[in-house]
Amino acid sequence: MRKRSAKPPLALPCRPVKPAPFEYHAPATTADALAVLAEHGDEAKPLAGGQSLVPMLALRLTRFGHLVDLNRVPELAGIERHNGTVTVGTMTRQADLERSPDAAAVPLLGLATPLIGHFQIRNRGTVGGSIAHADPAGELPAVVLTLDAQLDIASASGTRTVSASEFFEGTWTTVVGDDELLTAVHFPVWADGAGFAVDEVARRLGDFALVGVVCGVELDGSSKVTRAAIGLLGMGGTPLRAAAAEQALVGTAPTDDELTEIGRLAVADLDPPADIHASTEYRSSVGAHVVKRALRTALERAGG
Amino acid sequence: MATSGSILGNPVRRVEDPRILAGEAKYFDDLEPTGCAHVVFVRSTMAHAKITGVDIGEAASMPGVLAVHTKDTLALEPVAGMMAPPAFSRPPLADGVVRFVGDIIAVVVAETRAQAVDAAEMVVVDYDPLPVVVDAEAALKDGAPLLFPDHGSNVAVDFVTMGATADPTILDGAEVVVSGRFVNQRLAPVPMEPNGILVEPGDTVTITVPTQGPHGVRDPLAPVLGLEPDKVRVIAPAVGGGFGAKTGAYVEHIVAAVLAQQLGRPVKWTETRSENMVSMVHGRGQIQDVDLALTKDGMFQAVRCKVTQDAGAYSQIGAFLPFLTRTMAHGVYEFPKVELTAISAVTNTTPTGAYRGAGRPEAAAFLERIIDMAADEIGMDPIEIRKKNFIPPDKFPYSTTTFANYDVGEYAKSLDEAVRVAGYDQLRADQKARRESGDVKQLGIGVAAYVEITSGGMFQEFGSVEVKPDGSAVATVGTSAHGQGHETTFTMIVSDLLGIPMDKITLVQSDTAVVPRGSGTMGSRSLQIGGSAIYRASEGVLEKAKVLAAHLLEANVDDIVLHDGGKVGVAGVPASALTWGELAEAAEDASRRPDDWEGKLAAELDFNQGEATFPFGAHIAVVEVDMETGRVELIRHVAVDDCGKVLNPLIVQGQQHGGIAQGVAQAMYEGVVYDEDGNPLTANLMDYAMPSAAEFPSFEASNTETPTPLNPLGAKGIGESGTIGSTPAVQNAVVDALSHLGVRHLDMPFTSERVWRAIRDATPA
Ligand SMILES: Cc1cc2nc3c(=O)[nH]c(=O)nc-3n(C[C@H](O)[C@H](O)[C@H](O)COP(=O)(O)OP(=O)(O)OC[C@H]3O[C@@H](n4cnc5c(N)ncnc54)[C@H](O)[C@@H]3O)c2cc1C
Repeated sequence: MRKRSAKPPLALPCRPVKPAPFEYHAPATTADALAVLAEHGDEAKPLAGGQSLVPMLALRLTRFGHLVDLNRVPELAGIERHNGTVTVGTMTRQADLERSPDAAAVPLLGLATPLIGHFQIRNRGTVGGSIAHADPAGELPAVVLTLDAQLDIASASGTRTVSASEFFEGTWTTVVGDDELLTAVHFPVWADGAGFAVDEVARRLGDFALVGVVCGVELDGSSKVTRAAIGLLGMGGTPLRAAAAEQALVGTAPTDDELTEIGRLAVADLDPPADIHASTEYRSSVGAHVVKRALRTALERAGG
Repeated sequence: MATSGSILGNPVRRVEDPRILAGEAKYFDDLEPTGCAHVVFVRSTMAHAKITGVDIGEAASMPGVLAVHTKDTLALEPVAGMMAPPAFSRPPLADGVVRFVGDIIAVVVAETRAQAVDAAEMVVVDYDPLPVVVDAEAALKDGAPLLFPDHGSNVAVDFVTMGATADPTILDGAEVVVSGRFVNQRLAPVPMEPNGILVEPGDTVTITVPTQGPHGVRDPLAPVLGLEPDKVRVIAPAVGGGFGAKTGAYVEHIVAAVLAQQLGRPVKWTETRSENMVSMVHGRGQIQDVDLALTKDGMFQAVRCKVTQDAGAYSQIGAFLPFLTRTMAHGVYEFPKVELTAISAVTNTTPTGAYRGAGRPEAAAFLERIIDMAADEIGMDPIEIRKKNFIPPDKFPYSTTTFANYDVGEYAKSLDEAVRVAGYDQLRADQKARRESGDVKQLGIGVAAYVEITSGGMFQEFGSVEVKPDGSAVATVGTSAHGQGHETTFTMIVSDLLGIPMDKITLVQSDTAVVPRGSGTMGSRSLQIGGSAIYRASEGVLEKAKVLAAHLLEANVDDIVLHDGGKVGVAGVPASALTWGELAEAAEDASRRPDDWEGKLAAELDFNQGEATFPFGAHIAVVEVDMETGRVELIRHVAVDDCGKVLNPLIVQGQQHGGIAQGVAQAMYEGVVYDEDGNPLTANLMDYAMPSAAEFPSFEASNTETPTPLNPLGAKGIGESGTIGSTPAVQNAVVDALSHLGVRHLDMPFTSERVWRAIRDATPA
């Protein structure tokens, strides 16, 4: 067995210590950033908060000839609320999202974001970086999917908008192409009185969840569920929607036993991954409990 | 000591903290002498393989590369293990075979660290895989892959043939026997600052290294460099934690030192975190088969433990640690019979070594676990069964059948105090209520009583104190603090004895050029041995000062006293008393000092305690177990630790809190895991679940004080107690939370999954 310790580094002038050598680009506008991406294709990688990319570079698990730093592109950050939508620029820091009064119109953002890593990570980590990174156990990707958010993706040749259900392709992969940037995410605002909850089991505070759920419900005057969205994290290669459970919930005012059933239904057809921290079996069984608990909380919050 | 105005016993803030907190403390990697070259190691990515070829050609031609070596071009003597067969010695650069992921195959030196990293990636290694064994028990089976086939077995140390004979009749006549098989899992020490070294060649080679004892690095390195020890100066600068793992010379240190000498320029190696997780020794790693014999009313009759110790590849201190487990196998109990036999086996994993507690937590763990199983078996409260079997205070000093000489002990005192602080009865009532209501969060209460051995085997330490003409004092000691706050405690001792303010006292340590000898800081020995050396040296200085003052004041030496305010003079006549500065000046002036006066106003000596001390205590942990997810939360932890006389309660508390955190970490979070091919699965801090303060409640740590008669301070060690008492308390608490389901034992760490499985398996479907 012949093993080269790693693939050869690129012969480039700049020599930072831990990552393999790369050329650093610091565009000031989205257009400039897209131009660099267009020129270098899969040799280039956008750098947002660096909380996922930098560790991977430092461990030399990945290497790119060009890093396109988005931190000096002011137009990519910001939170706006208009017409039933909260739009979050890709470079908005997770910490800013957590504290934003505008983002509060989408309660799941405020509930989910504090569970991302530690505060130091959220100060630096960006909303778009987390979504584009598409970790299947990430909180924001699950919120995006659960709320059917719309995502703006730009390239040098124009901008397209895709819906969340098309966005995530697999572990750490999305429909964003090598020459494209995720620029903004539009989160729909639910009706007043809707209830939301997030629950997860993680090894330590700030760790990626072993299994988790984000959910929202709307009720009618007689406490019957009129709308339900349940998203699971850590349960597959991408965040997942529990469509059957959502359907079972709508039209009911579920008892605790029925919630237990809905929890089971949410994980029934899944084959969650196994790793040294949790088995498939654990994720399934505990996933069902976590769904039940989160729904119970969301219903309480919606019930008022 | 400890007169009414004594500083000893007061919570004096650590004098070293401001510079550490302000980032002013210098760690070895902060130093970058001109012309410094950098070393990067090429490590094995396979756990066991023949190396059939190493192509260094491309690496050697990379920019900035000064040298690339394998064992073919850098021949170094293999490093022998402790008590192990010579065949198990470790060649610093692999000699044809690699035996764990992380074993060193080649080394690159370059002008910059980045160049060295880049070049190391270009080294091409041809491996011929060999069968792998990662489990110590499997390593001892017939037909197991052998790490050293010439030796014929994987046995590193056999504690059965070494005097620990097995008595097949030990359980005979027992009314009740409980048995358990416990895995005391392997841990990574994870000091905040990883390993490394800076070597500056010259007439004297200067080595700056993060270590717990500079002399212990110098002594093995000097002969490798072909130098007398006094031509090698080893300095431990600010060191970011050691926990037992930063002792002695690592093979990486040897390689870096030799390269610096060859190249004639400074050479530095800075370990990365990922490297640290595979190259620094791991701790623990025992499998324990335990039997406890007792009467139906809870009197212990015998305990037997068979230890299988994982030594890792090559044989280092870890292979020897069952010896300490055996020393402490008696615990705090009056066992008529105790037997601990052990075998240490090499495996294709990172070598094991000393880690906070080093062999003693393993003893407390199996005793406290099997005792809880016994309590469950006979239906007795865990507090009661322990108190029934404690060695009573009037039996001390107490010699155990495992050859320990316990100095002092009042075991019921610390347990009673822990029970009181915890509100034990209320906790049991709360637990009962939750069980009855079927609460999703069940309560578990875990008790552990322990005794441990501190300063075992290293009873002697150098200490000196000198008073200068400017009235300041310099204390020099052979221990080497790396977080323990000796600058604070040791200067408190000098200040207390001599009346010199602490800010005029300097502690000199951690540098072989100025400290003639020293065993370093490990085994919770520093205050009792090093501190006592400083104490005795201070006494010596005071005696000399009295002689000098008597001479100068024309008084009788017996009438000379140390006055308040730190002057020395005739009792009752403070006005004529002399300052320390005046005395030190006079000591250097032949016309003013007595004719037979020798040297400066200074004293130096080697304090020898002659024996170890045995701190003890009791811990009570309270956990909540989520019955649906298996998640465990530690909600309270009560520790009553007895380290004898407490000199500085702030520092003692710091040691308690840190130790408890590490002990709880073993119970709840940490564990080094390998797959069957020997790949480490926990080689970064994402997968190795080292907790942070966020995971813990604030610990309720307090003390009882039972001074040891063995040293003038009355002090015993506190550095490791936290890791010894807390782990079994938490483990017992988690099992206790599930005991109503019939759960009798669970191994650590308590991942949610492990606990969830136990609940599921115990609950009728
Ligand atoms: C200790 C630790 C714990 C963590 N715990 C959690 C956790 O519990 N939950 C969680 O969700 N995350 C966690 N994270 C990850 C964290 O949320 C990251 O911030 C996030 O995953 C990436 O965001 P970033 O801005 O840092 O992106 P970067 O690391 O800069 O980039 C991540 C990836 O996204 C790409 N990218 C970034 N921006 C764009 C864009 N606009 N268009 C296209 N591609 C883009 C990058 O090229 C890169 O491939 C943790 C991280 C750490 C270090």
